[in-house]
Amino acid sequence: MTQPLILVDQRDNVATALRPLALGQSIQLEVGGKSEIVRAQQAIPFGHKIALTRLEKGDAVFKYGEVIGFATEDIERGEHVHIHNVKGLESRGCPE
Amino acid sequence: MTKFLGYRRSSGRFGVRNHVLVFPTVICAAGVAEIIAREVPGTVYVGHQHGCGHLGAEREHMIRVMVGTCSNPNVAGVLLVGLGCEMLTADLLGEKLRDVGQRVETITTQAMRGTAEAIARGIELARDLLEEAGAAQREPVAVSELMVAAKCGASDTLSGLTANPATGVACDILIGEGGSAVFTETPEMLGAEHVLAERAADEEVRRRIWEITSRTDEKIKAMGLDIREAEPGPGNIEAGLTTLAEKSLGAIRKGGTTPIVEVVDYAQKPSRKGLVIMDGPAHDVVSVTGMVAAGAHLVVFTTGLGTPVGSPVAPVIKVSSNSGLYQRWEGNIDLNAGAILDGEETLNSMGRRIFEEVLRVASGKTTKAEMLGHREFAIHTIAPTV
Repeated sequence: MTQPLILVDQRDNVATALRPLALGQSIQLEVGGKSEIVRAQQAIPFGHKIALTRLEKGDAVFKYGEVIGFATEDIERGEHVHIHNVKGLESRGCPE
Repeated sequence: MTKFLGYRRSSGRFGVRNHVLVFPTVICAAGVAEIIAREVPGTVYVGHQHGCGHLGAEREHMIRVMVGTCSNPNVAGVLLVGLGCEMLTADLLGEKLRDVGQRVETITTQAMRGTAEAIARGIELARDLLEEAGAAQREPVAVSELMVAAKCGASDTLSGLTANPATGVACDILIGEGGSAVFTETPEMLGAEHVLAERAADEEVRRRIWEITSRTDEKIKAMGLDIREAEPGPGNIEAGLTTLAEKSLGAIRKGGTTPIVEVVDYAQKPSRKGLVIMDGPAHDVVSVTGMVAAGAHLVVFTTGLGTPVGSPVAPVIKVSSNSGLYQRWEGNIDLNAGAILDGEETLNSMGRRIFEEVLRVASGKTTKAEMLGHREFAIHTIAPTV
């Protein structure tokens, strides 16, 4: 029995769909020990990401507890998060 | 202490396979080598397109890869087949292999009366090597002698959530028992450099992690290109991977969570036990070749979309990231980490299963890639060929 969504790290603001989610589907998810309901605002394909919070343009997208990219537009909670609304990081470069 | 059954080598190391290789030192001798191997069932032909025309540092680089491949502890003996006028002759590589205690025979085709004689002589030598290798017997060996390569390829978004972290658990168990693990694919460390750097065992390792990741990025930029246009690839994007950092953060999980004790160059043998990073390309076959040339006994290879590649020298254990792939590709996949999402396994229990499979395969169990005859081999180049 597959749960529909997986959250890797409690700091993450996206979760990964473990089965295709239909538009309007509501999914229960444990976030920080609390049970939350996320409603898919778009169809989310298997393996793709859904926003767990509202993201403003320029906000960091967190997965694995780390920044995987930045929102290129405002993203509503429940929307599909992918290359159409996220841009990758520039090279990080050594801190010194 | 956990043990596996391995072959003791004169170098003091232990192998998990007992191969006799027929290895051309240059592509011009590849046809002769291939025919010899075909005529002597039980030998393994390792084809490649190099051995001549190497500029500058690439000559030493190629020697390191070829000597490393032929002296991997899984190799009982090697027949080197050269042409004669090439840069890397059978005599040159033969001497280097004898220096590291490897059993080797050589043929130089130009010194014979054409390829017919070279093949006839090669068949005799290969049979002798095979007969000698047949005398070797497995004996109990401490698992601390093992070096496992962790690799991911044809990844999907689940690779970083199931198969990679479960492989990481297996690496953690192996290293906890005194063994070693290596992973490479520097381009797929970009975006996750800081996570790796924090895990460096000392300042030098930390400096090297930043050095190899920035150099990879800069090298691509110097060509006027941006790696972020090629990575993640189209298949990755379709599968849900959005950015290079996301792919990298999922990719590095296959190495586990222990401190990184050393950063080595492509095909360079580690000098320390524990978790090692190799600087090298993400290209699946090329990176497996590099880690096996560095002495890895076997490879744990995770995949979400499915890839059949194996190795001529090291058994490759395939771990699927999702049950759909496992059902479609059961003939290719040894273990299914999709069981974690199905609620049948936890990350830890799956990692333990991978570790146990490593021990079984090290002791002689045949992997799916071996059963199917997958022996892909390709060497990383670092200079234009002249």
